[in-house]
Amino acid sequence: MKKNFWKRPAVQALTASLICIVLGLLIGYIVLLFINPAGAGKAILAVVKNFLNSSRANLRMKNFGNTLVKTAPLLMCSLSVLFAYKVGLFNIGAAGQFVVGSCACLISSLSWGWSWLPCLLFTILVGAVYGAIVGLLKSYCNVNEVISGIMLNWIGLYTTNMILNSVKEPTSPYTLHVTSEAPQALLPTLGMGELFSGNKYVSIAIPLSIILAIIILILLDKTKLGYELKATGNNRNAAKYAGMAEKRNIILTLAIAGALAALGGAFLYQTDYEQWSVTQSSVPGMGFNGIAAAFLGGLNPIGTIFASYFIQHITNGGGYVDLTMYSSQISDLISSLIIYLCGFVLFIKYAMNKRIAKTEERRAQREKTVPAEAGKGGDGK
Amino acid sequence: MTLLLQYTLIFSSVLLLVALGGCFAEHSGVINLGLEGIMVIGALGGALVMRYMPLSVAPIVMVLGTIIGAVAFGVIYASLLGVACINFWADQTIVGTALNMLGTAAATVFVKAINTAANPNDVSSVIQYIEPKKRFLVNIAGFEFNWFMLVAVIALIVAYVVLYKTKFGLRLMACGEHPQAADSVGINVHKMRWAGVLISGVYGGLGGITYILAGVSEWKFENGVAGFGFLALAVMIFGQWKPTRIALAALLFGLFRALSNVYMGFDFLYNLNIPSTVYNMMPYIVSLVVLAFTSKNSRAPKAEGIPYDKGQR
Repeated sequence: MKKNFWKRPAVQALTASLICIVLGLLIGYIVLLFINPAGAGKAILAVVKNFLNSSRANLRMKNFGNTLVKTAPLLMCSLSVLFAYKVGLFNIGAAGQFVVGSCACLISSLSWGWSWLPCLLFTILVGAVYGAIVGLLKSYCNVNEVISGIMLNWIGLYTTNMILNSVKEPTSPYTLHVTSEAPQALLPTLGMGELFSGNKYVSIAIPLSIILAIIILILLDKTKLGYELKATGNNRNAAKYAGMAEKRNIILTLAIAGALAALGGAFLYQTDYEQWSVTQSSVPGMGFNGIAAAFLGGLNPIGTIFASYFIQHITNGGGYVDLTMYSSQISDLISSLIIYLCGFVLFIKYAMNKRIAKTEERRAQREKTVPAEAGKGGDGK
Repeated sequence: MTLLLQYTLIFSSVLLLVALGGCFAEHSGVINLGLEGIMVIGALGGALVMRYMPLSVAPIVMVLGTIIGAVAFGVIYASLLGVACINFWADQTIVGTALNMLGTAAATVFVKAINTAANPNDVSSVIQYIEPKKRFLVNIAGFEFNWFMLVAVIALIVAYVVLYKTKFGLRLMACGEHPQAADSVGINVHKMRWAGVLISGVYGGLGGITYILAGVSEWKFENGVAGFGFLALAVMIFGQWKPTRIALAALLFGLFRALSNVYMGFDFLYNLNIPSTVYNMMPYIVSLVVLAFTSKNSRAPKAEGIPYDKGQR
């Protein structure tokens, strides 16, 4: 008998994610209805359409490019969360690792005048060290990684603000433009901007992040190291018993996760798409949205690529709602709702499997009682 | 010095309330990482009461109304955690994180909607409560006593009595240690866990409103509560899940948080010339160090974080 289509894990994961998205948008719509019923439909469409809201074709391509520019760092953050989660660790510190990554690349480019590759490598190093702190605390002191991650997020934010104060514009709280002050540190664009109506922010960050997603997939599924890491995540004591260095594995995992999230910071700030504001008083949402993308992508690196794009798509789309009626945070609301709903994925899959089992049982029974009809029934559904 | 004492006490009250909330949830077997979100929503509930209640009412009505608003919002919001984690076996870490993000986003969207409806040019997420705030303060020789300090003390006594001296509290703790055993003697584990989560909603909501009343007279909801929910969890771990020890831990953490507000007033601290950001970082650094030393011999409830499955042995 052919395997039931709905029983495939990939199909189930995709269905569950789609259910989460639809429900998230629906609840977001209901919230908008409560705020102001007049423009709710238009506003939710604006969020979903994002760059398609632009009337002219070349502007549309440019805004599509902008969404992609911000998708690359988001993808790095969600890969960081995903990688740690596969090893049984919840890396909520991705937000802080993203922040120190931003700090490392901005200070090395603006203050020390390094070119782009050394900047990237320095960022990776800083992120790895910052992530390893969480790992050290976890493996040697048994500190819950969520709590230490949050503490390090805030420590990272305050330290970054303090350090970047030396490279800020004299009259504003923003850091200097990389384009004018440190053009050698801009990520190479390889002329890709031409595809997006001359969007100069489109750089190798986008293909690099996708390549890294594939590398993570291979690392986790096809290598000995990946197997060891996952084994440590499943059962720390069993891994130790089997001769794996479980403490080293935890530290290594968080170091890699930290490097990934930090690289996200470099992918954003080394395109000069944004400037860091040294007066910001809350941790940037990039790392937290990474959690949303990782779970929405069904904890699969390839799924995460699409999920990251989707989350960034609606986040950018939030900028198109009618600001006289609603606020752009409506897209934050929708993405946090989606994470909340992702908590129900286990239940959704359970319900699906139960349903499949029921229909199969019924069919088997029918085939038994009416053997003449068995040929007709088959596996049509 | 009075100022330092005042700020220490009010910030300790916040941490104590929220940490006790976490303590109830964890003793019932549910890790409540969503405390931060519950604080934001509780604060929103209280702030709305302060905004819409006429100033002519008696101070006691204002205080009680605000408390009820904060508690109601906190409990309703906590039930989102309950549904997902108790009835649908969701991963408690994911749901808690989602609630934190949702709390800030929902409060921002909501407050902006109210502000814009009142005045089309106002797109801020700020609620002001300068006048109502005065109802909460009693000036005793330069020391501003806040009614929430008393609330925190009462909450501590209640938590201690409920957890250790009542049948309900002991049953609740049994569900966090060994739910299967508790079930075998006729305790309804789901009901007890729901109770733990809802009580943490009450405490979290109270902590939220106390936090926004601590130093300022307006609150920008976009900022959330700056990691206070997680600091409270650190306080709870440092206090080894015991109410009295949590109170002492809260005092210590409250002191470090207060220093960042008042260090200017101390000549010797001011002369050290440490940038103010370092003082802002202090509570977080201290909590990391403290956790590093205390987590090794953790006395956490044994079954926390694991959805209850009747069939499991």
